[in-house]
Amino acid sequence: MTAAAADPVPAKNGPTVRTTGVAKRIDVADLNIYYGAFLAVKDVTMRIQPNKVTALIGSSGCGKSTFLRSLNRMHELIPGASVEGSVLLDGRDIYSPSMDPVSVRRQIGMVFQSPNPFPTMSVYDNTAAGLKLNSKRMKRDQMDAIVEKALRGAHLWDEVKDRLDKPGSGLSGGQQQRLCIARATAVEPDVLLMDEPCSALDPIATLAIEDLIEELKQKFTIVIVTHNMQQAARASDITGFFNIGQSGDPGILIELDETDKIFSNPAHKETEDYVSGRFG
Amino acid sequence: MKQTSPTASVPGEPAKPGTHGVGDRIFSGLAIGSGVFILALLAGVAIFLLIEAWPAITASSDEIPGGDGLVSYIAPLAFGTVLAATLAIILAVPMAVAVALFISHFAPRRVADTLSYLVDLLAAIPSIIYGLWGIAVLGPALVPLTEWLADNLGFIPFFEGPASTTGRTMLVAGVVLAVMILPIVSAVAREVFTQTPRGLQESALALGATRWEMIRMVVLPFGKSAVVAGSMLGLGRALGETMAVTIILSVSGGVTFNLISSDNPSTIAANIALDFPESSGLDINVLIASGLVLFAITLAVNMLARAVIERQKLDES
Repeated sequence: MTAAAADPVPAKNGPTVRTTGVAKRIDVADLNIYYGAFLAVKDVTMRIQPNKVTALIGSSGCGKSTFLRSLNRMHELIPGASVEGSVLLDGRDIYSPSMDPVSVRRQIGMVFQSPNPFPTMSVYDNTAAGLKLNSKRMKRDQMDAIVEKALRGAHLWDEVKDRLDKPGSGLSGGQQQRLCIARATAVEPDVLLMDEPCSALDPIATLAIEDLIEELKQKFTIVIVTHNMQQAARASDITGFFNIGQSGDPGILIELDETDKIFSNPAHKETEDYVSGRFG
Repeated sequence: MKQTSPTASVPGEPAKPGTHGVGDRIFSGLAIGSGVFILALLAGVAIFLLIEAWPAITASSDEIPGGDGLVSYIAPLAFGTVLAATLAIILAVPMAVAVALFISHFAPRRVADTLSYLVDLLAAIPSIIYGLWGIAVLGPALVPLTEWLADNLGFIPFFEGPASTTGRTMLVAGVVLAVMILPIVSAVAREVFTQTPRGLQESALALGATRWEMIRMVVLPFGKSAVVAGSMLGLGRALGETMAVTIILSVSGGVTFNLISSDNPSTIAANIALDFPESSGLDINVLIASGLVLFAITLAVNMLARAVIERQKLDES
């Protein structure tokens, strides 16, 4: 946790007017994440920087996905799940009682492991799904423009512009995942969380998504969980390594640093063992 | 260190082609036999109804009760049957969907389990009990409401009045039928609502949808065909329901959309139950002919339900 903690903590924000589509910083402090009484992730403190891609790596079950889902309050949807500690989005605690989880998720979007466009909706309606929420009314041409922009931003426009009214489930796996990215970015979140977004895709589709991530970071703060270390090395600026002692122990953040450093000269032996393919 | 257990690498014993165990043969025989038996039973019922109804179908019109022929005898009954069942569906389906959603997506686990058990229990109450409840409790309780409807909404044909003072109306019959079919519709809907893929629900929530928006976006489209299927099952039950309607409905025989008066068309099933013990000769054949019509209606409803579900499946694939 060295490089990431470099810049000073800013003064607390007062009540602010919300601005959409501005990459924001996330400060996590002393975060403990529970499933019922089971402590799944222990004592995470980290800063996630705006306009950077932060990759979270670690073996299965180490809590990196759980941690990711606690950043937009998806974790609490599981019965009995809870968190302690604070997660500040540009200084505002997303877990404060006055924060509505719905508006938190609106600002911190998410792309999931398996591509899952809404099966009953067309490509267009999938992309516009988030825009129609919360009783917002929008003129058709305005919505058309946003849909086109989101699909272009997801490198999908040229492939689907003639079939916008066809079901989203008719696309290939890689196209579906880019559609999901378009759907998540159309509402202009501040942060985009990606939970192993390429694990169900072939290498070519994976590279397409990685190119896209490189471009998306100009507009969003990106946190990506991945099993694929080459992917973390290729696509991220900062890498965090999670590990667990034994099964049943909570996952902990071992190290967070510039990606180059994590993969060439990590500070911890555990990290070095993991990135070089030697376990335990 | 990678370890492979020696047994895991041995593939499972391949099935020997061409040889089937005795158990397989018995099972296959039983399965085929049961299937054929069901078909034979259905065909048998249809043939019985046709043969027994034939004298009534071929009889001259003045021999039929009422003296205007078979069609004008059965038509009001078929009308009453469909009216009561339609009313029941209109009242039951929104309620059943709401109950199913509450159980699958809103109630805490323990409340949901208890509630779904209680709703299932509604299906176990004998229909005669529903009939007694309808005539003794619900009917009288609804009299003030029907009077108000007749006074204030009398311009709508359904509430033309005059309101029955006993409560033995089509409206009460429809409400009782709705309660009777509620469990089946809500059970089918609930099952499918709980199977909505978690990933889709999470995607909707991650976009910033409220729980209700998520349900409209994902759960209802996913469960739509199940709601249709459940409704058709319920409709089938409502069409054939006998005891409750027999007890509740005050019958005069005419075709009317007036739901709150004491002059109601009877239903096919209730009419058979009432008249059969006192009938003889051709009158019995006439009742059986009305039964044949009921059989045809329920068959058509069930086939329609199948068609709707199949089409839905095609759309999704």
